[in-house]
Amino acid sequence: MATLEIRDLHVTVEADNATKEILKGVDLTVKQGETHAIMGPNGSGKSTLAYSLAGHPKYTITGGTVTLDGEDVLEMSVDERARAGLFLAMQYPVEVPGVSVSNFLRTSATAVRGEAPKLRTWVKEVKEAMQRLNMDPAFAERNVNEGFSGGEKKRHEILQLELLKPKMAILDETDSGLDVDALRVVSEGVNRVRETGEVGTLLITHYTRILRYIKPDHVHVFAAGRIAESGGPELADKLEAEGYEAYTKGGASE
Amino acid sequence: MGSTTAGAIAVAAEADSTVATRMSAPPSFDVADFPVPHGREEEWRFTPLERLRGLHDGTATATDEGVKVAVEAPEGVTVETVGRDDARLGRAGKPVDRVAAQAYSAFAQAGVITVPKETVLTEPVRIAVHGEGGTAYAHQVIELGAFAEAVVVIDHTGDAVLAANVEYVLGDGAKLTVVSVQDWDAKAVHVGQHNALVGRDASFKSVVVTFGGDVVRLHPRVQYAGPGGEAELFGLYFTDRGQHQEHRLLVDHNVPHCKSNVVYKGALQGDDAHAVWIGDVLIEAKAEGTDTYEMNRNLVLTDGARVDSVPNLEIETGEIVGAGHASATGRFDDEQLFYLMARGIPEIDARRLVVRGFFAELVQQIGVPDIEERLLAKIEEELEASVA
Repeated sequence: MATLEIRDLHVTVEADNATKEILKGVDLTVKQGETHAIMGPNGSGKSTLAYSLAGHPKYTITGGTVTLDGEDVLEMSVDERARAGLFLAMQYPVEVPGVSVSNFLRTSATAVRGEAPKLRTWVKEVKEAMQRLNMDPAFAERNVNEGFSGGEKKRHEILQLELLKPKMAILDETDSGLDVDALRVVSEGVNRVRETGEVGTLLITHYTRILRYIKPDHVHVFAAGRIAESGGPELADKLEAEGYEAYTKGGASE
Repeated sequence: MGSTTAGAIAVAAEADSTVATRMSAPPSFDVADFPVPHGREEEWRFTPLERLRGLHDGTATATDEGVKVAVEAPEGVTVETVGRDDARLGRAGKPVDRVAAQAYSAFAQAGVITVPKETVLTEPVRIAVHGEGGTAYAHQVIELGAFAEAVVVIDHTGDAVLAANVEYVLGDGAKLTVVSVQDWDAKAVHVGQHNALVGRDASFKSVVVTFGGDVVRLHPRVQYAGPGGEAELFGLYFTDRGQHQEHRLLVDHNVPHCKSNVVYKGALQGDDAHAVWIGDVLIEAKAEGTDTYEMNRNLVLTDGARVDSVPNLEIETGEIVGAGHASATGRFDDEQLFYLMARGIPEIDARRLVVRGFFAELVQQIGVPDIEERLLAKIEEELEASVA
């Protein structure tokens, strides 16, 4: 069973000619089949955790370890991490000029699966996945994220999640900017992947709203660069009622 | 990275076109009619004059070993070398700037390739222009008789300082596809004007492909000799570190009921890579029923490159089918690279994906399979070099 283990992770970022520590010792274990919600106020370092795990060059790892099934993730390049089974659904997916969605999806699936998917079954697979996410077939011929609405971008991220079938899915504020209908469609997509039992999910969010659709097994409160409290789904209810105030006042360094 | 995009649609009431009046001298075959440019003129302001090796100021003298020209033509095609006084020269249009006029004033002999009327070629005519390290002035005429059909490939390789004009004269109903490939060595300088005169109901397709050279500056230009003519002007350039590649187009809709479609796409990478695209389309008052569109797209792959893209559409009659232009410069940056790599795609493949996707549609429209393959291979080569 695939396991993502994060131990005492420290991460810095360069900003305004200064080095700033954002993650200050994160410990977390996510097993295949589990869903962990990471909740926290703005600026707590949630997204930094997501991008650091994916290997974004902006972030420098200054301490700690990250392993996936015992393999050192931090030693891997960005593309190697994806091929090892890590997937990051981004909060702000990037426009890629000149590359159609269909070409992008096929190239990506070929890289992750290690061989080109058979054309006939592939076309069907993509078409069905798009239908489930209420995506217009014409979407496949558009350039990646170019001119997409906020909802289209998030659907496109979840489409990739469904097609690439990672071992660990990190969803970085996938719910932000979505109306209720889009949130439901996107959540259903995530749930379809979760129901296979083959993915571990790290659901990063600011709001409890998405947790009505995607039920987590564990909830962690992220504050000031580390996990401040962990619990079951009931912790989300507490946050819903009380907000993050208890975690931000006094103890936070930012 | 630098980038400027300026577009204009002018509706002119007077017969004097701004396309014409922007030039510092009226078109002429005689170099003496053009002042030596100093660099601030509208038509020279993007060009590094100091790198033209004297082509613009009369100091570049033709050498014995300039360029070697070899023509391979299928049966039925006439290939001639003629003197300056041959009446078939100069019919498709006059030089519009000093270097084109210099080329016209200085060439010793011209090439004339003729495809007789109603002759349909199944194999391309291939003209290999190989630079031998010297300086040359040249002139080439390619003429298709009525209803003739041909593909002509002009291939520029090696090292040279070359000012050369090419004329395409299409008879009524003729179909000509011409591919001009600038695959020069790194130091070459190539300046010239390509004039097409498109006959009644004739179709002209020009594909200009520029990869190599230190400075390449070309003027692909089209005029129509009768109604019903069609011109497609496609261009593809890959501008590397330090290179200056400039394409200045004019489609002059001077007769009614003609079509034109211009699509130029370029990728740039490396410090001081500079691409310039000027797209002038003029719809004259008498050119009713004109249908035209022009587009320029640029993809900047690294920092330090610069694009100047200026579409200009000038309309003197409202009685047209359509007219439009578009220009856009996009950038391939680290965030895009991260996004693609985060989906398992290795860096070299990510760059390939972006550049291939960008050029694919255009390459497919060339219609000459061995050229298409060579272009894709060349694009790969350029990318490998950039990643290495």
